[in-house]
Amino acid sequence: MIPLSAYVALSVILFMTGLLGVLIRRNFIIVLMSVEIMLNAANINLVAFSHYLSSMAGQMAALFVIAIAAGEAAVGLAIIIVVFRGKIATNVDQINLLKW
Amino acid sequence: MMMYVLFGYFATVSILSGIFTIALKNPVHCGLSLLSLLLHVAGLFVLLNAEFLFAVQIIVYAGAILVLYLFVLMLLNLKTEEQFLHKKYPFFLFAGVAILAELLILMLQTPYGGVKGTATPSVVLQTGPSHAVGLTMFSDYLLLFEIVGVFLLGAIIGAIVLAKTPAGPVPEPTGQRK
Repeated sequence: MIPLSAYVALSVILFMTGLLGVLIRRNFIIVLMSVEIMLNAANINLVAFSHYLSSMAGQMAALFVIAIAAGEAAVGLAIIIVVFRGKIATNVDQINLLKW
Repeated sequence: MMMYVLFGYFATVSILSGIFTIALKNPVHCGLSLLSLLLHVAGLFVLLNAEFLFAVQIIVYAGAILVLYLFVLMLLNLKTEEQFLHKKYPFFLFAGVAILAELLILMLQTPYGGVKGTATPSVVLQTGPSHAVGLTMFSDYLLLFEIVGVFLLGAIIGAIVLAKTPAGPVPEPTGQRK
């Protein structure tokens, strides 16, 4: 039987990978992809706890996370298309339209 | 024994794919390694007896969300830039390491216990995993399910409104024969 802590450790590593991707990459789309990595890490955690505590609640939460990720991807990519079409910027550190 | 081998394989490949996703220069390669990550996380769901989530992960994540990303990548035709890291990335790297240390402390101090639920494997196997998911979804989580439906409708409307071509001055048609 694989210990629960192994799944939690994997989840921590994947979450950190995603967080680093959000922090250090310049490309919009890669930043959104890193957010997807973080959501997947959270899903692994939820499903692992759901399995080891024999409860359905974790799986339900993971399903809703996937639904929210779909909405987030749609709206995020629409924003990217708008920003790119308006020739505002092509990289994250060049967007300062909302800055005071 | 087989479980350990499979877990090791899925865990190693998903970590490597995650690292490649944030480390490769070409965005399309990043998307493909994200695909590999999603598929191997789906394999982990099978090891955790979550067959329905396995199917949803492959159909929705790998089949729909990732294709959306790849479509936008091809639409925008982003070029691979020489400087692909953020300007102030050492600062953010430091912040990332600090958060990693915090997460590790939390992970080591977790008791990993809790109140056991009622969905033991024998109960779930009486009707099948997907059936059990459906029963829970449409009884205890019905309101959340409806809220997610409304949320997705809002996301669709928002995406369409954002990505609509703005109604500005119509450009003169050029190169048309009279």
